[in-house]
Amino acid sequence: MSEWETVIGLECHVELDTRTKMFCGCPNEFGAEPNTHVCPVCLGHPGSLPVPNEEAIRRIVKIGLALGSEIAPRSLFHRKNYFYPDMPKNYQISQFDLPICVGGHLEVELPDGTTSRVGITRVHMEEDTGKTTHGSASGRIHDADSALIDYNRAGVPLVECVSEPDMRSPEEAAAYLRELRATLEALDVSDVRMEEGSLRCDANISVRPSGSDALGTKVEIKNMNSIRSLERALHFERERQVAALEAGESIVQETRHWDEDAGATKSMRSKEEAFDYRYFPEPDIPPLAPASGWIEEIRGTLPELPRARRARYESDMGLRPEVARVLVANRASTDLFERTVAIGAEPKAVANWVTQDLAGLLNEAGTDARDSRVAPEHVADLIRLVADGTISGAGAKQVLEEVLETGDEVEMIVDRRSLRQVSDEGALGEIVDMVIAEQPEAVEKLRAGKQELIGFLVGQVMKSSGGSANPKLARELLLERLS
Amino acid sequence: MTDLCDRTATELSAGLASGELSAVDLTESCLSRIDAVEDRVKAFLTLTPEVARERAVELDVHRATGAPQSAVAGIPLALKDVLTTRGIRTTCGSRILESYVPPYDCTPWTRLSGEGAVLLGKTNCDEFAMGSSNENSAFGPVHNPWDLDAVPGGSSGGSAAAVAAGEVVWALGTDTGGSVRQPAALCGVVGLKPTYGLVSRYGLIAFASSLDTVGTFTRSVPDAAVLLGAIAGRDPRDATSLDAPPVASDLDRGIAGLRVGVLDGTFGEGVAQGVRDAVRAALDRLDALGAEVGEVSLPHADYALSAYYLIAPSEASSNLARYDGVRYGFRVEGGADSMEMMARTRGQGFGAEVKRRIMLGTYALSAGYYEAYYGQAQKVRTLIIRDYERAFEECDVLVSPTSPTTAFKIGERADDPMAMYLSDVFTIPANLAGVPAISLPCGLDPAGLPVGLQFTGPVLGEQVLFRAAETLERDLGLDLRPPLLSGV
Ligand SMILES: [Zn+2]
Repeated sequence: MSEWETVIGLECHVELDTRTKMFCGCPNEFGAEPNTHVCPVCLGHPGSLPVPNEEAIRRIVKIGLALGSEIAPRSLFHRKNYFYPDMPKNYQISQFDLPICVGGHLEVELPDGTTSRVGITRVHMEEDTGKTTHGSASGRIHDADSALIDYNRAGVPLVECVSEPDMRSPEEAAAYLRELRATLEALDVSDVRMEEGSLRCDANISVRPSGSDALGTKVEIKNMNSIRSLERALHFERERQVAALEAGESIVQETRHWDEDAGATKSMRSKEEAFDYRYFPEPDIPPLAPASGWIEEIRGTLPELPRARRARYESDMGLRPEVARVLVANRASTDLFERTVAIGAEPKAVANWVTQDLAGLLNEAGTDARDSRVAPEHVADLIRLVADGTISGAGAKQVLEEVLETGDEVEMIVDRRSLRQVSDEGALGEIVDMVIAEQPEAVEKLRAGKQELIGFLVGQVMKSSGGSANPKLARELLLERLS
Repeated sequence: MTDLCDRTATELSAGLASGELSAVDLTESCLSRIDAVEDRVKAFLTLTPEVARERAVELDVHRATGAPQSAVAGIPLALKDVLTTRGIRTTCGSRILESYVPPYDCTPWTRLSGEGAVLLGKTNCDEFAMGSSNENSAFGPVHNPWDLDAVPGGSSGGSAAAVAAGEVVWALGTDTGGSVRQPAALCGVVGLKPTYGLVSRYGLIAFASSLDTVGTFTRSVPDAAVLLGAIAGRDPRDATSLDAPPVASDLDRGIAGLRVGVLDGTFGEGVAQGVRDAVRAALDRLDALGAEVGEVSLPHADYALSAYYLIAPSEASSNLARYDGVRYGFRVEGGADSMEMMARTRGQGFGAEVKRRIMLGTYALSAGYYEAYYGQAQKVRTLIIRDYERAFEECDVLVSPTSPTTAFKIGERADDPMAMYLSDVFTIPANLAGVPAISLPCGLDPAGLPVGLQFTGPVLGEQVLFRAAETLERDLGLDLRPPLLSGV
């Protein structure tokens, strides 16, 4: 691989979760009954006109400011003309040579702890299309005998963020997308759910001999529904291109489709058939000229961004960089962490719970962190009860599992499951005496100097107590009686 | 002795207010005129007599309670069939929308309806407002009440003819390159194209969005001011709409000292003798009334027609893309896939002139041609805007013929698009610059056909247009009754 250098640029589409659509008053909501959030404007009825959603413009300005873009003093909407049944007007209102946000960059933290700076070419505003479902026995497009179109998504505000071809590996591209997602989430502009399509990503990738300045022929990859698929697709495509070049073949400039099941990219159409979109300025919408006072007002609302937050967690709270990175990668974790610390819990302990035990359980259950029932009080209680010996670490994990399921209070679950540790010397002493009586052989060997057998005896105490014994105290009592 | 339906809205409104006449009388008067002449004029595509009668009854009941009523209440109105009306079919004069029933009202009609206007129907027009003779309607031509063998002008020919024939008292049309003013001139009525954006375009089925305006057809200049007043002003549904300036009460001020600039080309080669004579006589009257009549030119006006025929078709090619048979309107079934269905629907749904302009516009916007055509045309547009700004430094209003000729015969120019396009040479520059213009009758040519005179004002200068036009209208005192009406 080292003979070849990979060059990657990403184009990301972000659906803004504004209350209403981009150019009409219809609700902007995912998952409603088909064609219930529609009106003459988003259905492209004759005579209807688009009126830009001010909140959407405010949000794209916010995104631009967070990415360090220049907010254009004057920008234009353009029409992108092409025929497709799920596009109600057969043109998309988008932006062309005068986007709202120009330039910018994103500092990306790589898995090895180094950072890289990825340039942003532009961030522009457009509208989403409807969704087509092809009806056929096989479910495949070319066998379809009917097509059903849902226009609920038509006209949803869509932000397109185009990066420079600055990334050099699939891992870096994945880190960029992770950082962009975390940034958008922190800005509270979109729910950035890749699986629901509110964050979508296309990649341009080419390879060239290491040390070369010229760009190789690029290929566009579509249909990656997670950061993991992005990374896999880029790995596959890098290898495919290198293999082709090494075999003396040339790369065809084309669009390829990522097939998740096959783990491969497949050719869709070549650029020779590229559309001529006949862009021209949208005559129904006057130029956008945001007042500088308004832009400054928006700048004033910018929250702490992931990069600054990571730095603060490392320097002020003493978290390790990899812990800080995981914590800041999604807003639900960050919020839970911050709020738990705010009610007095110790930051490192909170970070461990949130990034390890909780993250692990959520991952196993396939639950999005945003949908979890775990509240700051839960985490703080768990930490406190473990620290004062009321419950064991293992018991705490059981409690957390149940919190995820029921959302009940920690102490309630502890009682219900009888997880309170026996820390009463009298009660525990009886169990310890019983174990000593039942295990004469182990006791003998321990006394003879086989110190490691203490662990076995503590285990026996735990077992006899049904897991409720405080292991630290059990150990102390055993040693006291056997020394 | 005229019928109620031949009077001006201003007179009728006074009669309604004093209780001298009722909205029902007025509506019935128009409906019987429609009965008498519509089979020969063919101004309407859809008539709505039941809706009109119901509304008139309601209004009379309402007035009997002593409640004050607006100046448009009870006055019968027609709308060009490119303005959407909820529940009433709106065709744009096209097969592709033959059965289209809009789910919403256009803003001008929402406003008029809210003030008690009585809708008698939707008027015929060139398909998607593309044409200058009304011959491009998919539903057959309209006949000029002054000469049934002649065109009424276009594209708002039905609205112009309906007002001229007394089928309605006034009407709305749309003007993209002269489509209100030219038919008003050819039918002997007053046609106003307001400043771009002064009247909301919400519900105006777009031809060329940056040029389209909703305009009025009336029997007098004061009627135009009243009707405009009812529909003008900012609309939250149209991002390009403007606030209406406050109306000054200087209509009676006369025109002494008004600086009137006669546009270069007014007596030019292509202008018919009968038109020249009537315009010259009107200019003499302006002079006699104390106006300072001088000459003025728009140096880039020669390029206006070319720029217009790039910009308008370009926008149209995109605006008309939505007619694909997927969501509403005409559909040709049986294609192998949705793309073929769309192509067949458009192939059979659109008429020849519409297809010609879609192809022209598609070409002008294509990669590699955009700069040479659309880009260049936009530059010309900017130059024309500057020409007007300079002209209005020297003049208060500009004057010219509205159309180089009076009404021509049906079929005469049908096979000659260039000759047809030239009909709009005096009207197109105002659309490119977004400035307001009004056409009023200034006499008849030797054939007895009306001649229109056009005043053009600066952006939002409707007031000065009304002042100049009304003063001249009163002075000329023309009695314009089409021959068609002598027998009714
Ligand atoms: Zn809508």
